[in-house]
Formats: sequence, structure tokens, C-alpha cells
Amino acid sequence: MKDIAQGYMTEDGRQIGAVLMELKNITLKFGGVQAITNASFDIREGEIRAIIGPNGAGKSSMLNVINGFYHPQEGEVWFHGKKRPSMPPSEIARQGIARTFQNIALFHGMTTVENVMTGRQLMMKKNFFWQLLRVGPALEEETVHRRKCEEIIDFLEIQAIRKTPVGSLPYGLQKRVELARALAMEPKLLLLDEPMAGMNVEEKEDMSRFILDVNDQYGTTIALIEHDMSVVMDLADRVVVLDYGKMLADGTPDEVQKNQAVIDAYLGVEN
Amino acid sequence: MGSFIYSVLGDPFVQMLQMPDFLMQVVWEGFVSGILYALIALGFVLIFKASGIFNFAQGIMVVFSGLTLVGLHELGVPAFLALFITLGVMYVLAFSVERLVLRNLVNQPDIILFMATIGLTNILIGLGQWIFGGETKSMITEQLWLPTGSSVWEPGGGLVIFQHIDIAAAVIAALLIICLALFFSKTKVGRALRAVADDHQASLSVGISLNHIWVITWFAAGIVALVAGIMWGARSDVSFSLQIIALKALPVLVLGGFTSVPGAIVGGLIIGIGEKLFEIYWGPLFGSGIEGWFAYVIALIFLLFRPQGLFGEKIIERV
Amino acid sequence: MFYRESGQFKSSYKEDMQAFPIREDKIGIAVWLLLAYLYVPFFGLPGLEYGFALNAIMIPVLIFTITTIGLNILVGYTGQISLGTAAFMGVGAYSCYKLTSYFPDVNIIILIFSSGFFAAAVGALFGLPSLRIKGFYLVVATLAAQFFLEWCFIRIGWLYNFNPSGAIEVPQREAFGFIVTGAAAEPVTRYLVVLTILIFLTIIAGNLVRGRIGRSWMMIRDMDIAAELIGVRPLTTKLSAFAVSSYYCGVSGALMVFMWLGAAEVESFDVNHSFLYLFMVILGGLGSITGSYMGAAFIWTFPLVLKEIGKVFEINPTVMENVSLVAIGVMIVFILIKEPHGLARLWQLGKQKLRIWPFPH
Repeated sequence: MKDIAQGYMTEDGRQIGAVLMELKNITLKFGGVQAITNASFDIREGEIRAIIGPNGAGKSSMLNVINGFYHPQEGEVWFHGKKRPSMPPSEIARQGIARTFQNIALFHGMTTVENVMTGRQLMMKKNFFWQLLRVGPALEEETVHRRKCEEIIDFLEIQAIRKTPVGSLPYGLQKRVELARALAMEPKLLLLDEPMAGMNVEEKEDMSRFILDVNDQYGTTIALIEHDMSVVMDLADRVVVLDYGKMLADGTPDEVQKNQAVIDAYLGVEN
Repeated sequence: MGSFIYSVLGDPFVQMLQMPDFLMQVVWEGFVSGILYALIALGFVLIFKASGIFNFAQGIMVVFSGLTLVGLHELGVPAFLALFITLGVMYVLAFSVERLVLRNLVNQPDIILFMATIGLTNILIGLGQWIFGGETKSMITEQLWLPTGSSVWEPGGGLVIFQHIDIAAAVIAALLIICLALFFSKTKVGRALRAVADDHQASLSVGISLNHIWVITWFAAGIVALVAGIMWGARSDVSFSLQIIALKALPVLVLGGFTSVPGAIVGGLIIGIGEKLFEIYWGPLFGSGIEGWFAYVIALIFLLFRPQGLFGEKIIERV
Repeated sequence: MFYRESGQFKSSYKEDMQAFPIREDKIGIAVWLLLAYLYVPFFGLPGLEYGFALNAIMIPVLIFTITTIGLNILVGYTGQISLGTAAFMGVGAYSCYKLTSYFPDVNIIILIFSSGFFAAAVGALFGLPSLRIKGFYLVVATLAAQFFLEWCFIRIGWLYNFNPSGAIEVPQREAFGFIVTGAAAEPVTRYLVVLTILIFLTIIAGNLVRGRIGRSWMMIRDMDIAAELIGVRPLTTKLSAFAVSSYYCGVSGALMVFMWLGAAEVESFDVNHSFLYLFMVILGGLGSITGSYMGAAFIWTFPLVLKEIGKVFEINPTVMENVSLVAIGVMIVFILIKEPHGLARLWQLGKQKLRIWPFPH
């Protein structure tokens, strides 16, 4: 493994910075079930970090720990160089962590643009009384954020479905709207839970391109879970491999691919 | 201030100790109404388990079935034939609810289904008043060979009165619960029902007809409602205000958990006995009529500490 | 003149974010407003006796529209079921009564608006459990509010100034030099006051639901977990919905007693009324302000129409009452099956058809 104490340079020449988030010895249990056992890894600024592993490996649970939906029984989460106390997920979102979901979690009663606007909620500050008047500063604020959302909508090429209720959109587009919503939050850390699940090759290519563009243009740090190995190997700078809640390996895609424990976990061990 | 604390924490207990026979009387009456609450709650639980529907109409089904029975008898139908026809009516109701409502609302959000049952409540109120009139009727207790009169028990010079109908209500409710338990654990339909309660998709895939199961559970809930209607009607009378009382099954469910049969029974007894005790011993402090809201407020406080109910399972949320 | 949006280009986001972006809709609203302010006050409703049109139809419908908008904010926009609406209206009514007893010289309209705040506070208090409990459990919490408050309205004599009848009787009050409450108040004055308050509250509700706060409500409704992971605080969001909703109910409750009934007892605020308001919301359309108007108007006038039909055919009025109960129940079930977004959605579909007419593909 490369020496990455001070950040590193990726193969395509992007500079990866200091540690943004560090997970130390995370253990998560549900009743008697051990979902994650003593997992530790870090996520660096500007990096695309993949978490892979077979079904039930604890990948989604890991994302849920990162954004505070689950509270691990043991271990610490460090964010921006500070230990993060246990807090509700809404507060963690306020610190700049956004995510998408494995089973799309859009607001089905709203249109695309409204869904994207929900990503701006935290940045809208005008109080209740301005809101009910909806003139002057409140309307100005709404307009400013609307403009920002339209930029993101342009960026992800979903202009045409701007005013369509999201419930009626095809699956691939819903995934894209969800990404748009997460981007609208201008997160420091973006978590993507299987962004390409259930997509065809073409859609996967589109989505990969968007993920790379997001990382490139906005400098967003991304942690993603994905099953498609070729996608992971193309996108990710570093990969964590989980199996039955335990860490199997952590390193660059090449290193991980050559790791014997990983090969065993994926292909089975011959006795 | 001191005297107020005494009147809350001291005096009621002193009264209980001074007149233990009266306390027993209060507890007994609370017990019987608790059993009936439990019976109504049981109807909710059956439907909730089988279809995930929170059937708001369960309360009006109690009234409607009682009213049908009495109304038929008033029209000159012999009591037991009327009982039989009422059962038929409840079956037709279950069948039409499934065919006309449930079948068309499959996969809708719970809130929509719930509101549909409120609509159903309205229909049943309207139909009941339309056909049988809105006035209060008395239950045909004797014609159904249910006991009347009372026995007196004098423990140590005290006096406790047991209405025979109350005893009968307790016994019949207990029998009904046992029968249902046997039905659901021993029969093929019962097993199918539990499968459906566990997982709709999985049970569909092993060839269980959801529609059939729904008719059966709604019919079972109808029978439970009829029994509750007869018993409650015999203790007071059959009127539409019973529907409001039947709503007390909701706090019972909150205590017991929506899917637990033992929970419904324990919850019913807690609410029944609790509200009687509170009304009698603490009621004078607040002005009477506490029975109207006591159950709800207890349920509300309980919810804050144990949202899944006494016997419900803790829900792990997933995303 | 066609209902068309082609050719109407929006050149700024502000224009695109208007309540009625299509020109024909604006004209339609203007016509309604003209009718409401210039026709109805002078002529009532066509074909009906003037006093009846105002007292028995227009005034109650407008008041219930406020209730329905309020309840819709909670049920339709935030997805929290409430069966305590009537009791929250009662809080508004009794507060207004107490306020005007203490401050007889203050403009009654200010007091009506103030009484909404009491209802909002009580509503938020009973909304507190909504943080921990969801769905049907919340029904129990709101029923607790309903029955507890009903009990208060009977047992706390202070609320009705220890009036032996147990009722609150509306005293005569003036505003801007006109008598607006009490027996001497003209129907047309009361109508105009209620109409103006309704329009004011409609605009506010429309603003709220289109902005940040409305979106946070809808986020909680559509997927509360995702909303939380985006940073919406469930407690403040749900409580704000309860408070705003109850404010509307409170104001409408005060209006109901002061501008319409003239006197009220606890029966005006019982649980059956709570169901009635829920029906108005469902039938009109969950999550639609236009629908709230339609729902309130329909549920209120439908039994009256049936009664008239009954008179023509000489049917017993109680029979017609029961028929209307059944019919409304059937309509609720039907609308939930066919179009969960109610009359408002049907209206929208109609407009959509018109928009693409005559080439529907």
C-alpha cells in the first residue's frame, strides 16, 4: 500500500487530501446479530471510496453508521478531525453529509424540481413569518436556491422531467433525481448506496460519468457501495472490502483484486 | 397543598381499605368492561394481523350487529333465527367489504385504507339508522337464554353484587377467545392466516388466496363484534353512542400492541379496571366524567415510553 | 379563448413559482372573487332565498373551508392523521369567548385571530407524541385530545363564564363601526368578514405550502426517514404542522360560533364533527388547497340538496339524512379507490384535458 499519510496522487493525477472521515473500530449489533465487527477505515478529501462485499456484508449498515442512522455499540466516528458525538441523523446532515438510498427514497408526492429543492432546505434561513408572506427576502431566497437547483438539474441532464411527479418516472431517472437531490445539499461527503443497482449498461455508463463529474467539478468526496466490480474498479480510488461485517481488505482497486482473502470470499474457498 | 397531596395519594387508598367490598365491586365491574374492551380490540387485532388494515369500523360493527339482531327480533323473527341471520349479515358484510373495498385498495398506503374504513363507518351508521331507526333499543337478553338477575356475595359482612349477565359476558368472552385461538392454531385456514400476517408476498407465492383470507378474518371480526354487541347491549342497551365507547378499544390496542391477542386482553383489563378505579376514587377531585378520556391519556403517556405496546415487537427501521 | 399555456413564457423563476402560472387561471380566480364580493352580498345565490343562501350555505361553507385547509395542512401535506379537529376548533371558540369577556372593547376580528394562537398551542401540545409515534398510534393521541378537551368544555365552568346552560353565548361586538357579532349583526356583514378572513388565510396557506416550510411538511409525509437524513428536524416540522393546522381550526372555530351559530355547547365540537372535517379533506383532495374549498362546499351542501329532493318526493327527512350518510361514506370509499387526491385532482385532470384539447396525444 502507498504511503498516504499526507494524501496522495491518484493515477489520473488528482490530488487527494487529508483525512475527512475516520471510522475507528466500529462494531454494530442488532440484538444478537453482529452486523459490523471492528471495522476501521478512513475517507479522504476529494476521494472516491468504494465499499464492496457480498450480500449481507454490512455495507449499507456502514453507510447508516456514517450518516448517523444507526449508532454503533462500539467505536468512534471522526469527522473533520473531531470525534463525533452521538447525534440524530438530521444534525449529521447539517454537518454536510448527504446520501442516496439503495431502494430509492424520493418524495413521491412532489415533482422533480421540488425534490431537488428539498436538498436546499438546510440552506434556507428565512423564518416562518417571511415564509408566510412570501415576498421580498423570502421570495429572493427561494429564487436563488431555485437557480442553484436548476444548475444541478442541467448538470444531470434531467431538465425535461423538471415538473414531472417523481413517482411516475422510470427507475433510472429516479436514481438520477435522487443524486440531484443529494448534490443540491452541496455535501462535503456524499454517500451513494448502490447508485447503479438495477440499471442497464447504458444507464450505468451515464451514472458513472455523473459520479466522476461530480467528484471532478465540485470536488465532492464520495463513498459508494456497488456490486458491479468493473464499475468499482474504474471509479474508485480506494476500496474497502467487507464480509460478514468484518474488514477483509483496504487498498487501491488493484491491491484489493489481488488480495487472497477477497478472492476467497467472492469465489469461495476450496478445501 | 398538603391536603391536596393527601387527597391524591392518601385518601383514595384509605377509602379502598376501609370498604374492601366496595373496592371489589369496582374492580369486578372494571373487569367485565375490560373484557368487553378486549373483545372489541380483538376484532381490530384480527383484521390488522391479516391485512395490516386499521379497521376503524370495528366499533360500528359492534353496534350494527347488535342492532341487526334486535331489529330483526322486533320484526317478529324468533331470537335464535335472528342470531343466525345476523351472522349471515356479518358474512355478507365481510364479503362485500373484501369485494368492493379491500380488493380495490390493495397496495395503497395504510392511511388511505384507514380512511376508507372511516368511510365504511359512515355507511354502516347510515344503513343502521335507515333500516332499524336511530332510537335506543334493549337487547333481547332473555330470548337468547342469557341469564338475568344477580347474586350477592357477603365477604366478612361486606356486600358485592354480581350481575349474572356480567358473569356470562366474562365466560362467553373467554370461550370465544379460546375458540379463536384454537381456530387459528389448529386449522388449515388459521395457519394460512398466520402466514399472511407474517408476509403477504410469501404467502401469495405458496398459493394462499389473500382475498379468501380477508373474507374470513373480516367475518371472524364480525362474529367477535356481534358477541361484544350482545354482551354490551345486555349490560346497558343498544344505541349508537356505543360506537364512541367502542373507540376505547384503540387505547387498549396501544397498550397491548396492534398485533398481539394476549396484549389485547391484558390491555383491555388494564383500561377497564384502571378507569373504573380512577373514576370512583380520584374522579371527585377532577369532577366526574373522567372515564371519557382516562383510557386515552393513559395510552398516550404509555406511548411515549413504549411505542410498540406491551407485547408488540420493537421495530428496527431500515433504509 | 382557450385554456392554454403555450405562448405564455416564463422568463424568471419568480414567474414560474407563482400560485397560478397560467393566465386563464388568474382570470378564473378574478371572476370568482368578483362574484363573491359583488354578486353574493347583494343577490345571494341564484334560486335561493337570500337569508338562507348566506346563513345556511355561504357562511358555514366558508368557515368550514378554513377548517378544511387547516386539517389538510396536517393530513394532506404532513401526512399526520388527526381526529381532534373539532376539539381544536372548540379551543379557538372558547378562547375567543374568554378574550372578548375580558377585553370587550378590542376589535373582535383581532380577538378571533388571537384565539387561533391558543388552539395552536394546544394543538402543538397534543402533537408532541407525533415525534415518537406514527400512523394509527397518532389517531389515539388525537382522540385523547378530542375527548379530554370535550371534557374540559363541560367541566371547567370558567370557560363559559359559569353560564348555567353550559353554553357560550356570543355578545354583540363591533368592528370598524359595524356590528359583526351577536343577534343584531347582518348576515351580509358576517359573510363579508368571513370571506375576507378566508381569503387572507388561503393566501398564507398557499405561501407556506409552496415554500421551505411546506416542502419540509411534504418531506415528512412522503418519507420521514429520508427527510431526517436530509436534515429536516422531525420534531419542529411536525409541531409546526400541528400548530399551523390547529391555528386554522381555532380561527374557524371562533368564526363558527361568533359569525354563524351565535351560541354553542360542547356538542358543536364533538368527535362526529371531527369525522365530518376529515371527510371534507378526503373528498376535496389530500394536499390541495383548491380541494379544501370543494370538499367543504360539497360535504356541507350535499345533505341540504338531498333534503330538498326528499321534500319534493315527500320522503321522511330523517331517511334522507341517513341516505346522505351512506352516500357520503360510499363517495369517500369510491374516491379513495379511484382518485385518492379527490375532487381537486379531477378538476386538474379536467383542466389538463382542456389544455391539450383538441389533440389529446
